[in-house]
Amino acid sequence: MSSTVAHDFQYESASYQAQTAVAGMWLFLATEVLFFGGMILTWIYSRHWNQLGFDAGVRQTDLSIGTLNTFVLVTSSFVYALGLLFIREGNIRQLIRCCVVTLVLGLIFLALKFGVEWPEDFAHHLFPSAPNFKISGPSEGGARLFFIFYFIGTALHGVHMVVGIGLLLWVIRRARRGEFSPSYHTPVTVVGLYWSFVDIVWLTLYPLIYLIGRGR
Amino acid sequence: MSMGMTDMVKISDGAAEGSYLTDGWTLRSWLLSTDHKRIALLYLGSITFFFFIGGAAAALVRLNLIVPEGLLGSAEAYNRLFTMHGVIMVWFFLVPAVPVTLGNFLIPLMLGARDLAFPRLNLFTWYLFITGGAITLWALFVGGVDTGWTFYTPLSTTYSQGHVVLAAVGIFISGFASIATGLNFIVSIHRLRAPGLTWYRMPVFLWSIYSLSVLLVLATPVLAITLLLLALERLFHIGVFDPAIGGDPLLFQHLFWFYSHPAVYIMILPGFGVVSEIIPTFSRKSIFGYKFVVWASVSIAVISFFVWGHHMFVAGTSVYSAVLFSILSYLVAVPSAIKVFNWLGTMHKGFVRFDAPMLYALGFIGLFTIGGLTGLWVAALAADVHLTQTYFVVAHFHYIMVGGMVSAFFGGLHFWWPKITGRMYPEMWARVAALIMFIGFNITFFPQFILGLLGMPRRYFSYSPDFQVLNVLSSAGASVLASAYLLPLAYLTWSLFHGERAPANPWGATGLEWQTTSPPPTVNFVEIPVVTEGPYAYPPPETVHQQNV
Repeated sequence: MSSTVAHDFQYESASYQAQTAVAGMWLFLATEVLFFGGMILTWIYSRHWNQLGFDAGVRQTDLSIGTLNTFVLVTSSFVYALGLLFIREGNIRQLIRCCVVTLVLGLIFLALKFGVEWPEDFAHHLFPSAPNFKISGPSEGGARLFFIFYFIGTALHGVHMVVGIGLLLWVIRRARRGEFSPSYHTPVTVVGLYWSFVDIVWLTLYPLIYLIGRGR
Repeated sequence: MSMGMTDMVKISDGAAEGSYLTDGWTLRSWLLSTDHKRIALLYLGSITFFFFIGGAAAALVRLNLIVPEGLLGSAEAYNRLFTMHGVIMVWFFLVPAVPVTLGNFLIPLMLGARDLAFPRLNLFTWYLFITGGAITLWALFVGGVDTGWTFYTPLSTTYSQGHVVLAAVGIFISGFASIATGLNFIVSIHRLRAPGLTWYRMPVFLWSIYSLSVLLVLATPVLAITLLLLALERLFHIGVFDPAIGGDPLLFQHLFWFYSHPAVYIMILPGFGVVSEIIPTFSRKSIFGYKFVVWASVSIAVISFFVWGHHMFVAGTSVYSAVLFSILSYLVAVPSAIKVFNWLGTMHKGFVRFDAPMLYALGFIGLFTIGGLTGLWVAALAADVHLTQTYFVVAHFHYIMVGGMVSAFFGGLHFWWPKITGRMYPEMWARVAALIMFIGFNITFFPQFILGLLGMPRRYFSYSPDFQVLNVLSSAGASVLASAYLLPLAYLTWSLFHGERAPANPWGATGLEWQTTSPPPTVNFVEIPVVTEGPYAYPPPETVHQQNV
């Protein structure tokens, strides 16, 4: 961080560098698509061969918490996007406010997911390698498989949320130092891309966890 | 990512004068440097280390196979050795070798840029790489892994006794180094080309790096998630690949090869790039069919995503998918052949000089062609049923990986050594090493083709006594090959201190990297060059001929 300017000599201008950083984040998100994509492909493939078990698993999930969390997360992205609009106008105070709201919404999501929902799942013997797994009979194997994906998927998404919260704190700190302006706020843009991506991952996980097969 | 705070660009005097090698002498100035050239040298040291570790494991494997009943006396130890050889060579030498050393060093120079797009990210990748490498090495030394480098389930998840999780964690971490490196290269090539350097004016090396970076960025995350699922299954007995609860062990192979087949091209594409620079230079001629060569790289990258199934012909996949994968595998041979013919076309009627880099490049063409053509044998469904899991496959991919890729790496290392170090290497020794490497390689691996055809399986600790003569020949060749690898280590190190001072452009080559001093200053170019013509703009042969007469 100390010698920011000296490392920038490969760029012709600060704005060109800013655009480059945004391009880098888009490409990073492409790698993330492949990362989550590998898991989601495996998920859908396994569901295809174990439909009964997966449906039984889906029916055990807590639809109300999942839906509430979806609402919380989409709202957080919306608020963050508002913050981006504010900093384009040079309104640092409102940017910080939006970041804090986003952060709080992110924490609410994590609290509901890992503070309420996961413990419930454990209490109901839904951990896939539990000896007294709740679902038995012909759909037991598939349901265990479903909960493997459930725990891995939500954990990976949670890890990305935690990273995002760290990034939000970093943006807030830099904003408070007055480092952002209408002409320079690349980190705000880049973190926004990341946060929205994590949001979209959840929008993919939500139907896989709570909806598909619930009515069957 | 470094974020600009100001439109002013400040270049300190130290960075513009002297060379990047003399710009700071402390350990800190190396270990915390964001200069792509210094990071390239950090990487060069690391991959050399891994190369000799992987090589030592290979030496022990060949030693064991001197006698039919196995010289080491332990099948367990043997399994761990070939796994160690594969894991280290694939992930810690072959995949990174050219991109992170020559690529790192040359991309900004060839672009006419002062550094990569994200220099701090670049440094960070080195730390990821050595952290991953250290963890994997640790796993291999505290007890090792006996699954082979492919980690097939359910052996790796359930039955293997080794440190599978630890090894996977190391590969997982170094995978992120790959991803970030590929990302950095792609963004740099898009954003940091010098004025006038259009896409079709870029050297073929940059096109190759671009193509392989796309593979790094899109394929490596799939390996990451696959290894993660594997490790979780092993740790918590939650089996995505466990057939007992409806999981599919074959799915692991699909996911693994979805990465690992493109990874083959991650390994060989930079070799294509290096050879495409060397051959025009030592033929004094522009590359033949430039656009065909660059689009061949791109199409290899694209097609390589659709051929993974040819690793699984005998794994119980459907006949129809196998036929499709077989056809697609044949398809990938087309752009590869285009490249070989175009290199030959480049040499045709050129003024060919046989300096050491050219010898390595010629060795590359010969060995790669053999490796490529035998690839068609194993891509053919009926032939593969017989050849799969035999030494034929081992010989085939070593012809590509070692004969091709490692030759190209040494060719590139010699070619750009004067630029990197500012010193010339001893030409006579380099030619001798190139020759011994070529001979040693063929003695080692050609017998393996025959062994495979005769039916000797790979990854077996012992074999039928009928195979002994060819195995002893192969092991003898391996010791020749090993000495050929030690030679450059000796004379290149010697040249660092006693080599002749290199001029800016010792080969009379085109390309922006030759227009700055040897070694370059920290800023690469004090004034950013303006490109006005295509690459390899050598004078027409007629005019050169008149001068020479």
